[in-house]
Amino acid sequence: MYPFTYERASSLQHSVQGLRSDPEAKLLAGGMTLLPTMKMRLAAPSRLIDIARLADLRGITREGNTIVIGAAQRHCEVAADPTVRAAIPALAELAGHIGDPQVRARGTLGGSIANNDPAADYPAALLGLDATVITDRRSIAAADFFLGLFTTALEPDEIIRAVRFALPRRAAYAKFAQAASGYAMAGVMVAQLDAGIRVAVTGAGPGVFRWREAEAALAGKWSSDAIAGCALDAGALNTDLHGSAAYRAQLVRVMAAQALDRLN
Amino acid sequence: MNLELTVNGKTQSMQCEDRTLLVDLLREQIGLTGTHVGCDTSQCGCCTVHLDGQAVKSCTVLAAQADGSSITTIEGLAHGDALHPVQQAFSACHGLQCGYCTPGMIMASTDLLRRHPDPTDEQIREGLAGNLCRCTGYVNIVAAVKQAASLMRAAGSQSA
Repeated sequence: MYPFTYERASSLQHSVQGLRSDPEAKLLAGGMTLLPTMKMRLAAPSRLIDIARLADLRGITREGNTIVIGAAQRHCEVAADPTVRAAIPALAELAGHIGDPQVRARGTLGGSIANNDPAADYPAALLGLDATVITDRRSIAAADFFLGLFTTALEPDEIIRAVRFALPRRAAYAKFAQAASGYAMAGVMVAQLDAGIRVAVTGAGPGVFRWREAEAALAGKWSSDAIAGCALDAGALNTDLHGSAAYRAQLVRVMAAQALDRLN
Repeated sequence: MNLELTVNGKTQSMQCEDRTLLVDLLREQIGLTGTHVGCDTSQCGCCTVHLDGQAVKSCTVLAAQADGSSITTIEGLAHGDALHPVQQAFSACHGLQCGYCTPGMIMASTDLLRRHPDPTDEQIREGLAGNLCRCTGYVNIVAAVKQAASLMRAAGSQSA
């Protein structure tokens, strides 16, 4: 790693000021992506502001028909939390299968969605459950937050505080993980919300997306049979050494069907 | 920077660069070379230690992030000459061949047994998903974790 200055954040406001005063500064939460990237010398921030212990970013609370999860909550904490497990078991399940146990002990919800890796799990949860990202200054609907490959709607000095998940009527997540990395080659969150049906796909394309043809088919018939013939444009999906776009399109169908079968 | 760590029960103040990795601090400054560096890319788990009671990959944690924390390494598991039950079981079941991954396997196994005192094979394999062994094929490692679990449950029921 190239040298940098480390500081432990004292408050959310100071962290925002730190980002404003130094455009090369980066926030550090779990560090499960940032530190490997720095070790590979693909990133060289001048300063790391460690926000992992900020009380403002911690906590999991039930508020009416929603659950609010602090940005610094680690994956293992979300996976084990009794409130999350009772209210949105699909979310706990998803968090419990990110990476491996050591990664889940450090990686955070806020870090994952701020990074917006196209194969990360949490973006599918936020888009599929119609969640809201709460920052230090505003609320952003998940549909407006994820802008594609490693890109989000966050301003350079903006910090995620928490994510609010409305309780779905029912939801399930299934992923086909790349064997070495654990990242999704295809991960699908299927949900019935008060607002309608959502099928959110991660890992297969350049960023998380809604499979709207499947949503429409499921609105007619809530069954894995209903999506078997649904159109899915493989031309928009990824081809890499792990699999072709056509293979990923097939994986998306199979993962969506597995998620649905868990609910029926 | 200055930091204070409690390593294997002993609190110490030390200095390091802001960019120093926890594994390098443990190995090079404190001399605890039982924690291995296998891949240095957070894949293999050889560098697993317990940070405030939880298994983490110390090649992907800054020493600075651990300031004020308590760390247990493989050297801190045994009580004097009495090996920890997980160490005993890895030895008895021959849960290793070359031994390079073993410190990380043992630290990850003790963490998984904290969460699952009576684990299924699947829970053991999931619990060790962050640790790679390129010799054994994992069969004896899984057997060792099962034996350790029964040793620890027996010890727990005796002391209860």
